[in-house]
Amino acid sequence: MSGAHKSFLERTARQRIADLLDNDSFSEILPPAERHFSPHLPVLGQPVAFDDGIVIGSGLLSGAKVLIAAQEPAFMGGSVGEIHGAKLTGLLERAVQQRPAAVLLLLDTGGVRLHEANAGLIAISEIQRAVFEVRHAGIPVIVLIGGSNGCYGGIGIVAKCCDHMIISEEGRLSVSGPEVIEAAKGVEEFDARDRALVWRTMGGKHRYLMGDADLIVPDDIAAFRDAAISLLGASRPLTLESITQEHQALQNRMQRFSACADATQIWQELGVTDAKNVPLAEIPEFLEMSAHVRREEHA
Amino acid sequence: MLEWKELCDQLFPQGHTVKADGQVVTGQGRIGDETVAVVGTLDHAAIGVDIALQLSEAVIDIMKQQPGAPILMLVDTQGQQLSRRDELLGNSPFLAHLAKCFAVARTRGHQLLSVVYSEAVSGGFLSLGMIADETYAVPGAQIRVMALPAMSRITKLPLEELEALCRTSPILGPGAHNFVALGAVEEIWEGPLDQCLLTALAKKNNLDKRRELGASRGGRTGAARIAQLVREH
Repeated sequence: MSGAHKSFLERTARQRIADLLDNDSFSEILPPAERHFSPHLPVLGQPVAFDDGIVIGSGLLSGAKVLIAAQEPAFMGGSVGEIHGAKLTGLLERAVQQRPAAVLLLLDTGGVRLHEANAGLIAISEIQRAVFEVRHAGIPVIVLIGGSNGCYGGIGIVAKCCDHMIISEEGRLSVSGPEVIEAAKGVEEFDARDRALVWRTMGGKHRYLMGDADLIVPDDIAAFRDAAISLLGASRPLTLESITQEHQALQNRMQRFSACADATQIWQELGVTDAKNVPLAEIPEFLEMSAHVRREEHA
Repeated sequence: MLEWKELCDQLFPQGHTVKADGQVVTGQGRIGDETVAVVGTLDHAAIGVDIALQLSEAVIDIMKQQPGAPILMLVDTQGQQLSRRDELLGNSPFLAHLAKCFAVARTRGHQLLSVVYSEAVSGGFLSLGMIADETYAVPGAQIRVMALPAMSRITKLPLEELEALCRTSPILGPGAHNFVALGAVEEIWEGPLDQCLLTALAKKNNLDKRRELGASRGGRTGAARIAQLVREH
């Protein structure tokens, strides 16, 4: 939380939490010392992590009590196994009991941990149900995406089940990863080595322009912190009315962009000033280029 | 494998109006003195933006036209649609939207049941099937996250080792019986399907009991314990 620029992308889960929350306010639940690790990995001869790759706990954000979870990017791609998933589900259930000002989810994951595939998939479904319970209780669930694994797989779906999303330019959000699409459908469908294509299709700027991310920030934890503070207490009711509106918006999206082959075409169609330069623009410049689009499209 | 028509005929011997539109089925079925709203997929549908939108439209219609009616999802999906176009338009928001529609239906008093009658795979199963209060499967139904050869390639674990483990551990391998052991599938429906459905409808459980079920069945013992530790910390 000091003045120096700290990259969200490059830091560990614990560092991200420490820098995001008020100084020394974080209290971890089931810390590594308690050794709750995956029982399934040793069977496969795989190393374990004593936190199973996720850090959870409570703390203060600008003085407000929050619950927070951060997936550790360096442990098995932030993947969701049985224990990892249960820690997150438990935290969400705790939120319903304790009613914090928000739940912050720092997602950085490829999705299901295939070494415990079935348990991982079910865990993601349980996280999803628990997210809805928190939302029904009127507590905002805020997703922050800016890590090296992006946010993929079933967690890519869960992320959009939450109230708000803050994403960085480096953040990516999708269900299937580029490699998965390429493996299944061929390099003509998706060239996973074409990093520019990956970022155009799945990256933070595209998700922001489409209205899927609420806020976009530079890769700076202080910027994530300010963005999260701005969303405290702002819950979005999940009602028939709200999903009917969302349905209308998605229908419109489909009608307008269904035939677009590339993100650049969509950005042009949206009326972004100088759409071809979107990938190169720094965040302040990008926000200027896209301000009228966001105002008109996602008011 | 059961065809969706045959499935509906067996589920609703008193009659149904379930029809297919592309790879999506919708309609109503009569059972006992209830009218059940039906929504589902066929032909191992890959659920991408198009089908997710079609399904969510159907769920919203059910909420408006048949308030409070039980909803039965008929699940046959090979997973999410793997394509550049679908990710560009947003599998994430479209599949999440479908899940939100079901979540809202649940709060409005719709009982949500699902039955896997053919196959259910990963992201498709997450948005259509696992979102239900309770999930069932018919004999022969396939449920998996990923086929073992692909899993072997990605995890770099030898196929023989994975196959051997699948014989003893429900955590890893394909199979509806594994998902029963883990608590994600309530049971595999044996016997007349209409009777099975009636029994399921009578339970009216809308709490997520899958972890406790997985623990009591011995297939998934960690999840319930860990979540409880976190709640009570």
